[in-house]
Amino acid sequence: MLMSASVATLPGAGRSQKARLAPHELFGVALQGLRTRRLRAALSALGIAIGIGAMVAVVGVSASAQANLLNLIDRLGTNLLTVTPGQTFLGQNEVLPTTAVPMIEHMQHVDSAAPVYQLTNANVYRTPYVPAAETGGIGVDAAADNLPPVVGTSMASGHFLDRVSARYPEVVLGAEAAKILDITRVGGHALVYLGNSWFQVVGILKPAVLDSSLDSTVFISLPVAERLFQQLPNPSEIYVRANVNSVPQVGNLLPATADPQNSSGVQVTRPSDALKARAAAKGQFKTLLLGLGAVALLVGAIGIANIMVISVLERRGEIGLRRALGATRRHISSQFLTESALLALLGGVAGLALGAGATEVYSVTQHEPFSIPLYVLVAAPLAGLVIGAVAGLYPAAKAARLSPTEALRV
Amino acid sequence: MLTLNQVSKQYAGGVVALRDVDVEIPDGDQVAVLGPSGSGKTTMLTIMGTLERPTGGEVNVAGYQVGKASDGQLAGLRAHQIGFVFQDFHLQESMTALDNVANGMLYTGLPLKQRREAARSALGRVGLENRITHKPKQLSGGERQRVAIARAIAKRPLIILADEPTGNLDSKSGGEVVALLHELASDGATLVLITHNPAIAETFARRLKMQDGELVADECS
Repeated sequence: MLMSASVATLPGAGRSQKARLAPHELFGVALQGLRTRRLRAALSALGIAIGIGAMVAVVGVSASAQANLLNLIDRLGTNLLTVTPGQTFLGQNEVLPTTAVPMIEHMQHVDSAAPVYQLTNANVYRTPYVPAAETGGIGVDAAADNLPPVVGTSMASGHFLDRVSARYPEVVLGAEAAKILDITRVGGHALVYLGNSWFQVVGILKPAVLDSSLDSTVFISLPVAERLFQQLPNPSEIYVRANVNSVPQVGNLLPATADPQNSSGVQVTRPSDALKARAAAKGQFKTLLLGLGAVALLVGAIGIANIMVISVLERRGEIGLRRALGATRRHISSQFLTESALLALLGGVAGLALGAGATEVYSVTQHEPFSIPLYVLVAAPLAGLVIGAVAGLYPAAKAARLSPTEALRV
Repeated sequence: MLTLNQVSKQYAGGVVALRDVDVEIPDGDQVAVLGPSGSGKTTMLTIMGTLERPTGGEVNVAGYQVGKASDGQLAGLRAHQIGFVFQDFHLQESMTALDNVANGMLYTGLPLKQRREAARSALGRVGLENRITHKPKQLSGGERQRVAIARAIAKRPLIILADEPTGNLDSKSGGEVVALLHELASDGATLVLITHNPAIAETFARRLKMQDGELVADECS
């Protein structure tokens, strides 16, 4: 209750008696408090910056790695289907009929098909003197000359099988096979020994991401294989590029088309699905690292609480003065709470920059695209703000509880 | 009117700082409080300034019963009606004289522009119009205390409470500061000033003498 004792002419007469502090004034007071202790503010914000930076980097790096895989999938296309013989009920291997390839090629919505024929009794060696058992795990396939574009790979050097390869002993090496045979360049003396004769290496493939089994294989042309082994075996795998919009329909029709008499013996897969699964899996490892970042953040928060407690003790004089000037307990606690929140917000923003920088370094060195999820831009500073507010609760309450006269006596 | 009725203050641990003090100070009076260290002068002043509540008795400041008022009400009273001057100035080193004075009205809710205007005029009244942009370090002790006085009077308070404002000053600046306070309070503000310098006390028409937490003399001349 106000019983105005003052006459109108007296100082202070007729004024509202409330103690007020507008939000922007509170902000200014808190900023002032931080500005007068710059180094300390910077060091305690650093704790938060490191924690948030670590978390942003984890999210950014894994997002970049994922983006890389997704880009790869986009580049290779998701419209590749592979047709392979399945297994019988008793676990024996089925065979694809020789008619499968022309049947598939005539299907609607099929852009192209490239079969390979595994030559099971052929092996490839660097020289005839290599013991027969040391095959290096390299398979020998007869392949159609359109194989590389269909499986989404290209030549690392040389060229793929062509019309000349149909008449002469020429061979193309998969990326891994070339490594095992230690052949890095084509032409000249790049020869391999295959089925009792020398073959000239005319090309080396780049890794085939959609089907890595092709990497440890060497390829010869269909006519040469036919001559060498009297007869072509049944196709061991048929790669099919379907119209992008009709991939599922084509997939559904493929078994019956490849083998109308025994469609259940035909297996159809979509290699890009496996890559997508890998992209999703890339996101999993980050949980652990995020946990580590959270620990760093906790340490940073404790650092801020610690600094704020010290700050309250040091600034008792200021607190007493403010109380004398009309600050309520709530004004004092809000001031310290705002300082603490601002400090951590600053740390959050710096952490965002740190984490983005780390992601950038990673993406440049790994040749992966730079990617940080949008929500991180909001979440990182917000996390700082919340952590600062929580860390400031105790020091702020302590400051508000301080007796003003005791504070003034310092 | 500022009244203390049977006011006592006992601190935790049993120290009695103030014992059954009765004082009545009409608006516009100028009063000196004298007494040795530990006699309860400062405690009485902080109770008058509503920074502390008494443990016994009743305190009335500008129409508020301090014992019953809320923290917010008392803070409002201090923000608008009470100006403090301390022995060691309590200025913020990083701020100019102008902003130190303007900050004295921070909790009144006045916008910064108006606070600065009032601060400028208050600094003029204490004779520091050409020290406005100086920081405390660049000022002499007497000047610093005058900045602190400007901070106390800029909001035109009803009550000015000064706790040994000359304690850190030489006698010449001390005399000037007291004369300034007399002059500033002459427009109707109540002035209560603690000192243990009898010469300064003599400049006041009314003198309260404290001893061991009790009011032992209330002299008028």
